[in-house]
Amino acid sequence: MENKTQVIIVGGGPAGISAGITLARAGKEVILIERGNYSGSKNMFGGAIYTQPTKRIFPNFEIEAPLERNNTKHKYMLLTQNEDTTISHTEKSSISNSYTVIRGKFDRWCAKEAQKAGVTLVTETVVKELIVKKGKVIGVKTELEKYYADIVILADGVNSLLAKQIGLRDTIEPQDVALGVKEVIKIGEDKINERFNLNSGEGCITEIIGYPMLSMLGLGYIYTNKDSISIGLGIALDELKKHKLKPYELLDKLKEHPSVAPLIKDGELIEYSAHLIPEGGFNKVPKLYNDGVLVVGDAGMLVNNLHWEGTNLAMISGEFAGETAIHALDRGDFSKESLKLYNKKLENSFIMKDLKSYANLMPIMHERSDSFMNYYLKKINYFFNMFTAVESVPKRDKFRDFIKSIFTDRSFSELFKDAFSVLKVLWGILK
Amino acid sequence: MSIDDKLFKVKYVCDSVSHLTNDNEKCKNCKTKVCTFICPAKVWEWDEKNEKMIINYENCLECGACRIACEKQCIDWNYPKGNKGVTFKQG
Repeated sequence: MENKTQVIIVGGGPAGISAGITLARAGKEVILIERGNYSGSKNMFGGAIYTQPTKRIFPNFEIEAPLERNNTKHKYMLLTQNEDTTISHTEKSSISNSYTVIRGKFDRWCAKEAQKAGVTLVTETVVKELIVKKGKVIGVKTELEKYYADIVILADGVNSLLAKQIGLRDTIEPQDVALGVKEVIKIGEDKINERFNLNSGEGCITEIIGYPMLSMLGLGYIYTNKDSISIGLGIALDELKKHKLKPYELLDKLKEHPSVAPLIKDGELIEYSAHLIPEGGFNKVPKLYNDGVLVVGDAGMLVNNLHWEGTNLAMISGEFAGETAIHALDRGDFSKESLKLYNKKLENSFIMKDLKSYANLMPIMHERSDSFMNYYLKKINYFFNMFTAVESVPKRDKFRDFIKSIFTDRSFSELFKDAFSVLKVLWGILK
Repeated sequence: MSIDDKLFKVKYVCDSVSHLTNDNEKCKNCKTKVCTFICPAKVWEWDEKNEKMIINYENCLECGACRIACEKQCIDWNYPKGNKGVTFKQG
């Protein structure tokens, strides 16, 4: 058959590239189809790739890949309208945990590595639909032609129109995705080192909880690149709907906050971008395999949002899909029974174990967002105000008032529900 | 900085036809018109006078938020052609 190969991968992001490179290294024929000009040209994320999983796919990436900074500092900022309480953690380890990268450079490098390993990369090509025969996926239809393969791997991202086409998943609900908007702002290397208290080459990840999304399921972030910073936020789509908010106006508010504005002062906007983040969690993971087809990365909702993990799940799920495809090709069996191995690999790994641990988290957070994304944040900031203020009032009275307020601010039933929610999430993790 | 100025920084290759289409009759009856504020690139604008949705598809960042958020589920959302649309240099 003309235009026939062993494996077609749709989507040249971290998941697709990892699947491709795994297959090519085993000597399999792979075509990787990317709709953008180059890998990374349609991609966006906060910031950072994780060292250990990336090394698994690209052993020499720390020396060879275009990296920005080695993240040695993590900050958690709890913002109210005018205040912040910040926890900062600095690692002294010689082993890197994560690096900030510019996707336009990093993904492109990864794709080149895949090509070196033998992957055929086809860019500027949109797969319009999957070719299905008797329920089996046997190829793809692009704008121009048809390609056939024994196995098709869907790495086509959060919107995965192809997984939808073959009924592996339902329509995505607004509460199951977050909209991310981001600005990359050029500040200069020295200024970044000064403002974030970093040595050259060191990076800082700042996670921002609260303002301007108090009571809402949304988080802000700042990542330091070499001479620019990435500032952005992700907010559940149903929150934007409910509160009738424009995402870029929220980002402007974050940038204007008195604790944030000095960090980005006199910077020059280089790029504005937006992307969806699949945040449905364990209960919303679609079916990830069927006859002749596997689903990886964002297309499979494989994101652990609490821990800001996505690209690592993409890479490792891609590797698992690649390994599964190798096994299937060697046996000549591309049925769903054969490809089920992929699901087993996911279930036996941290990917499904972690998603399962946090299965309760998103439903609870949606329900209790006013407590955990508003009330307690304000209370923490209020505590530090109280603790630091010198007003010639006996401390005993202040502490008493503070503790009393926890029980009088809101009803007992609210307090009880909060405590119950925390226990439920903890039980989900530890059981 | 206005959203138009921000979008001006983004690299696009425009197609001559829109990769997004809507069902205008459904939009007329849509009370919330979520797309008009949820879109990070101000792609959807309601023309009150002519009762018509204006689609600034050339600004589209291809995120897919409008498709998921639309209450009438009336947006036909496709990727732009292979060599068209947004190109993120930073991402």
